[in-house]
Amino acid sequence: MRNLGAQPEITLTVNGEEKMVRAYPMERLLDVLRHQLGLTGAKEGCGEGECGSCSVLMDGALVNSCLVPVLQAQGAKITTIEGLAQGPLLHQLQQAFLDCGGAQCGICTPGIIMAACHLLARTTRPTREQINQGLSGNLCRCTGYTQICEAVAQAAAQGRAE
Amino acid sequence: MRSDPSDYELIAPDSLSAVVSLLAQQPGEWLPIAGGTDVMVQYAAGKLPARKLVSLWNLPELRQIEVSPVDVLIGAGSTYTDLREHTVVGGEFPLLANAAQWTGAIANQNRGTVGGNIVNASPAADSLPALLVYEAELILVSARGERRVSYLNFHTGYKKTLLAPDELIRAVRLERRFAGYFAYSRKVGARNAQAISKVCIAALGKIAGGVVEDIRIAVGSVAPTPLRLRDTERTVKGKAVDVALVDQARQVAISEIHPIDDIRSTSAYRSAVVANLVAEFLLGLNARGKGA
Repeated sequence: MRNLGAQPEITLTVNGEEKMVRAYPMERLLDVLRHQLGLTGAKEGCGEGECGSCSVLMDGALVNSCLVPVLQAQGAKITTIEGLAQGPLLHQLQQAFLDCGGAQCGICTPGIIMAACHLLARTTRPTREQINQGLSGNLCRCTGYTQICEAVAQAAAQGRAE
Repeated sequence: MRSDPSDYELIAPDSLSAVVSLLAQQPGEWLPIAGGTDVMVQYAAGKLPARKLVSLWNLPELRQIEVSPVDVLIGAGSTYTDLREHTVVGGEFPLLANAAQWTGAIANQNRGTVGGNIVNASPAADSLPALLVYEAELILVSARGERRVSYLNFHTGYKKTLLAPDELIRAVRLERRFAGYFAYSRKVGARNAQAISKVCIAALGKIAGGVVEDIRIAVGSVAPTPLRLRDTERTVKGKAVDVALVDQARQVAISEIHPIDDIRSTSAYRSAVVANLVAEFLLGLNARGKGA
């Protein structure tokens, strides 16, 4: 039962593929994704759950991966920004961010797109207020939020049209 | 300085009884961690004194909301999202649902739990004033059995609670007796999402025959623990709300809080805001009483 000093095997499904990692149980999911699995889309901003740059979906729920000890992700389905595009075909949210100029330096963008994904999975016709609330845990220090919110609105409108 | 994960032990038993027997064998040795929204922040900052942690995340015994005709039993592992999305919690306990909605933002609401919020015992926690005004009962569990304590007595000092080293909160019980009350809550902070409150308030009141028949006011971030404003309630109860009474309530409220200056606000500002919030609540209650 004791794990001190040990790195047990932890199995999780990442972007549809089952992965086995060896990690200390208190390692942050963010670090396992970035350093062991090479998925560097999720970024470390604040490291304390305030900025949303490290957002991923865990069993469909948006979480800050910097606050998830990897043991708690045992058996979970994780979706990161890398899991959205289908080969060369961008996810409609990614395309909308390009079309609307919703990214500048790009550090916050993966987290914002994951938050938008989480929103649109629950609310297919979000109002501007719902978009604001859905993204309220994600901070951008470059662009302001206008184009980001426009991108989410555009993706939502396209999603309905398809 | 960031923590080194190799210094820490974390285990995830698959049942509540396994966790409870671990705590009985080594009381005080294991720090329970649920959604990690407080514990992992301390960990990241290298300020987590505990080295042995036991996970409660997703234990099915803790993550259910049971509704009976008389009460609602909220499993301590229920997240803020669980609270927000529950129809009875939203419909009959709006102060709790509102607080759940402005705690952190979506990602933290998907992980933070009501039990964790109570045990973390921050005086600034947004959901705790709501539990004070609804007079929640906590069901505590240990290998010795269960006991029920009133939430009103749970916080004994700054970050101190009645919880024994071998105990966990299993559930929060709310009685379904607040239909027809005027409910008022506000968070005053730099912004709603992700900001810790400068002041938060939850209040309930009922007017009958032109006078305040029942009133409950609780505030956060203005004392070492979340605080019921008992003197203010006594000042108002049984009386008709008028300008003089509101003014008196403002003064009494200021006299019973103990705000401090810190990075988020000042004592003077917090006192002024508490007085204004109490006044806004009483005026709203009175308007509702006249309308009814």
